[in-house]
Amino acid sequence: MEIARKCRIDIVEMVHKAGAGHPGGSLSAIDFIVGLYGTEFRFNPNDPNWDDRDRFIMSKGHASPAVYSMLHQLGVITKDDIDTFRTLGSTCQGHVDMKWTEGVDFSAGSLGMGLSFGLGCAMAAKMDASERNIWVMIGDGETQEGQIWEAAMAADFHNVGNLNVVIDRNRIQNDDFMNVQMEIGDIGSKFESFGWKVVEIDGHNMKEIVDAVKQATENQNEPCAIVAHTIKGKGVSYMENNPSFHGKAPSDEELVIALEELS
Amino acid sequence: MSAPSKGGASRDGYGSALLKLASDPRVVVLEADLGKSTKSCLFRAENPERTVSLGIAEQNMMLVSAGMAASGKIPFASTFAIFTERAFEQVRNGIARPGLVVHICGSHGGIHTGTDGSSAQSIEDLAIYRTIPNMTVMHPCDDLSAEELTIQLLNHDKPSYTRTARNKVPRVYDENNVSELRIGKGSLIKEGKDVAIIACGVMVNEAKIAAEKLSEEGISVSVVDMHTIKPLDGKIIEKLAKKCGCIVTVEDHSKIGGLGGGVAEYLSKNIPTPLEMVGVDDRFGESGQTSELMAHMGIDYNAIIQASHAAIKRK
Repeated sequence: MEIARKCRIDIVEMVHKAGAGHPGGSLSAIDFIVGLYGTEFRFNPNDPNWDDRDRFIMSKGHASPAVYSMLHQLGVITKDDIDTFRTLGSTCQGHVDMKWTEGVDFSAGSLGMGLSFGLGCAMAAKMDASERNIWVMIGDGETQEGQIWEAAMAADFHNVGNLNVVIDRNRIQNDDFMNVQMEIGDIGSKFESFGWKVVEIDGHNMKEIVDAVKQATENQNEPCAIVAHTIKGKGVSYMENNPSFHGKAPSDEELVIALEELS
Repeated sequence: MSAPSKGGASRDGYGSALLKLASDPRVVVLEADLGKSTKSCLFRAENPERTVSLGIAEQNMMLVSAGMAASGKIPFASTFAIFTERAFEQVRNGIARPGLVVHICGSHGGIHTGTDGSSAQSIEDLAIYRTIPNMTVMHPCDDLSAEELTIQLLNHDKPSYTRTARNKVPRVYDENNVSELRIGKGSLIKEGKDVAIIACGVMVNEAKIAAEKLSEEGISVSVVDMHTIKPLDGKIIEKLAKKCGCIVTVEDHSKIGGLGGGVAEYLSKNIPTPLEMVGVDDRFGESGQTSELMAHMGIDYNAIIQASHAAIKRK
């Protein structure tokens, strides 16, 4: 949890410095990311392009600060990199981009595409008899995109057991709460009906995260969906469960409060 | 170039190319239910373990292709030209933007497709893919050139879109001269001095017919098969502009943004030259037999002859 705390500091600092970005969905996602990279995820920070590494596909690409903070804490990218987030020529583009950042496996930014990309990675790994596991993180709002369900259908049909998706179920999307914009209901049962193994967890409980990651890694019989119930803006009181911090930077005063709460 | 008149649809050439590419284990083929139509079915029959059916879900197919390309595969993904457009943003953001080398084939392009009607007649595909940075865009004219150019994609380092046609047309190339084709280089079919006709796809055959009829009138015509729309071969355009002094572009595609648009952009910047465009006006097609539709829409050899006269008058 100490690494997650440091990541949270990175997140609020880089979004504040950039004056733009998406802190809410980064803070909801970060505990799972830390739990994944810290346990079963086959990744070498000294060789981030290792061909046979597992893949982490951040499909909700606006949560780029969460990914950058993790890569920073792992030593793949530097403090200078995250300090230039969203500025011209920066390693840290507004949305995660595999062309710009070591350790980033997907160029996101347009929602609904990452699960299909992960499916392609998973199928290629199977063709090559590789042990690569593919992890995709999507937002719950993102499940409104039809392409998510095209991929969910195809993953089961092609029996892709090395593919796992985690749904950051924070119940808030860009404009408002999902139950105002477009509530999808029970996401887990929908994946289940497409033939996925589904696990529901508290996305801020590290033990539940680690157990779910282990379970999904060991299960190679079917694709796994982990519904991580989270709180948008988790860790910063005024951002928690607050739709206005989906895509807004904290002010100078708000940053001070955030850093106090996170220290 | 002389050529036998035996017919071949460019989609057949795509299918036979995939078979020839199968010896490279990196090659994978992705389908969205239309393999029998695009002719990827030929690859599937021989290599089912490297053929992926995604069902009627083109958006998913494009990103699955991207994921495979990022994992060391060389994906060839095909469906109807019009349905690739459904996944345009996936191609733009998921394939081209990260520079993943996926080769997309859109078959049944243009009004040449005929009786299915306007919903199936893609007349804007060349234009939209041409606007995507780093995308190679091709539209071969017969089965042999489609096969040759598709095979060359194996060593191509950019994502590509290739439009093929449903119907057979007389061959422009033969087994011997087709290997001279190169992606990005226009192919001079006939050399003349009064007007240069630059055509792509099924319209190369119409251009050849028009050139023969014009020569009976004493007009000397150059004909180019511009099988690669992007990158566009500026050298050959410039050479013909200088030699002939006027140009006619010919395509089974909207006059907006395709081959004609590309040539117009090049000429206006580099060597302003009278240009007439033969293509689909700013309208949708309709059902009809191919030949009657081409006449109805103003893209048959008669239209090319008229445009050639108009271009020559403007010199």
